[in-house]
Amino acid sequence: MPLFYERKQLVTPGDLLAEDDYVAGDNTYKDDGKIYASRIGLVDYEARKVHVVALKAFYVPYVEDTVIGKVAEVTTGGWIVDINAPYFAMLRASDVMDRPFKPETSDLPSIFDVGDLIIAKVVDYDRTRDPLLTVREPGLGKIMRGQLVEITTTKIPRVIGRQGSMVSMIKRETGCQITIGQNGLILISGKTPEDERLAVMALHKIEEESHTSGLTDRVTEMLRKEKEGVEHA
Amino acid sequence: MLQKKPEKLIDKDDVRIDGRKLNELRPAKIEVGVLGNADGSAYIEQGKNKILAAVYGPKEVHPRHLALPDRAVLRCRYHMAPFSVDERKSPAPSRREVELSKVIREALEPSIFVEYYPRTSIDIFIEVLQADGGTRCAGLTTASLALADAGIPMRDLVAACAAGKVDGRLVLDLMDVEDKVGEADVPLALMPNLNAVTLLQMDGSLTIEEFEKTINLALDGCKQLYALQKEALKSKYVAVKEAVEE
Repeated sequence: MPLFYERKQLVTPGDLLAEDDYVAGDNTYKDDGKIYASRIGLVDYEARKVHVVALKAFYVPYVEDTVIGKVAEVTTGGWIVDINAPYFAMLRASDVMDRPFKPETSDLPSIFDVGDLIIAKVVDYDRTRDPLLTVREPGLGKIMRGQLVEITTTKIPRVIGRQGSMVSMIKRETGCQITIGQNGLILISGKTPEDERLAVMALHKIEEESHTSGLTDRVTEMLRKEKEGVEHA
Repeated sequence: MLQKKPEKLIDKDDVRIDGRKLNELRPAKIEVGVLGNADGSAYIEQGKNKILAAVYGPKEVHPRHLALPDRAVLRCRYHMAPFSVDERKSPAPSRREVELSKVIREALEPSIFVEYYPRTSIDIFIEVLQADGGTRCAGLTTASLALADAGIPMRDLVAACAAGKVDGRLVLDLMDVEDKVGEADVPLALMPNLNAVTLLQMDGSLTIEEFEKTINLALDGCKQLYALQKEALKSKYVAVKEAVEE
């Protein structure tokens, strides 16, 4: 039962990762007892499971994910939301209303109009039907202010860090509020544009260098240096 | 413009008119992620060929009725720019381009997990900026990289290369003159890790023994290109890693 790559080694689609007794995890597939990579990324093992942390991928909805989306269309019964996935998501009008929803009396565009950005949660999705969203939880709903940063969705875990270490460090260093959408969109709102600029810079650095080690320390260092530079100027 | 037909394509020392040996590929330069607006992209310069490939998707299918309930539809457009050849080519898709689009699509389809994303489409655009023979193969090689760059799950990369018969000799990676004057041309696409052929065509005539030798020559060429593809795909990340972890 040989393994052909070490941990954190870069592989491309089609690379043979392991043979025999292993289980194929994310971004890999098994064919004739052999496990191959299906995306470019870094190899990792957990017991008998082989998976690849992809460096390039797109968002696929997952129930319970928080996502940031843009209203693409207002229909009679709700909204169609672009969540940066292969499928558009639906948000039902009855989800937003307190009283029973009547299409003839409710003015849906006054709640969310085309182009509005919303934070929502995926409540239902499988590949045969479009994802269904909800905004009925604290922290969800229309985005009123802040900046959006888009990064590759597979790098979201890196932005969050181990037990949230990376994102809480950025919050602490910049004083910004950060809302992470699992679909690769991140909302930043800070007290000053300068704070937001720092946070955006940190996020771009994480995306660029997500596959390297010691990243949290380097990002902290960069933020501190930047802050000093501004104070002295 | 009239091109003078060279008298001999291979001289007595087995050297071809561009200085290559019989079993040598044209020098290739590949870059991945060259376009900002596409989901994935790649660019190749192989000899005088210059080809750009871009990929969008998976995304909702337009028009809606083309969507398939059990898998993604793959759509491909191979197109030659009007300035890609000696004499201006009409930008409208020709019979040849429509056929090559189909052939390339069918050569790429087995490499993609289309069943993972039902009701979506994956669109591939191959734009030949400058052509010098073997553009279907170079286009295929590039498109496969663009798919990988778009983060679409794949069984393997597809590498493609032609071999053929020129002046009675079997040669690898024919360029335009060799293709036009030569006796046979065999384009072949391969998923090297799975050892699976996804495209095999031939025009001209070869004996059975010659055909077998030609295929082996082309397979070898595909494997060389595959190494270049992998290197190109990795290079961006390797450069960043080296820069920050020195």
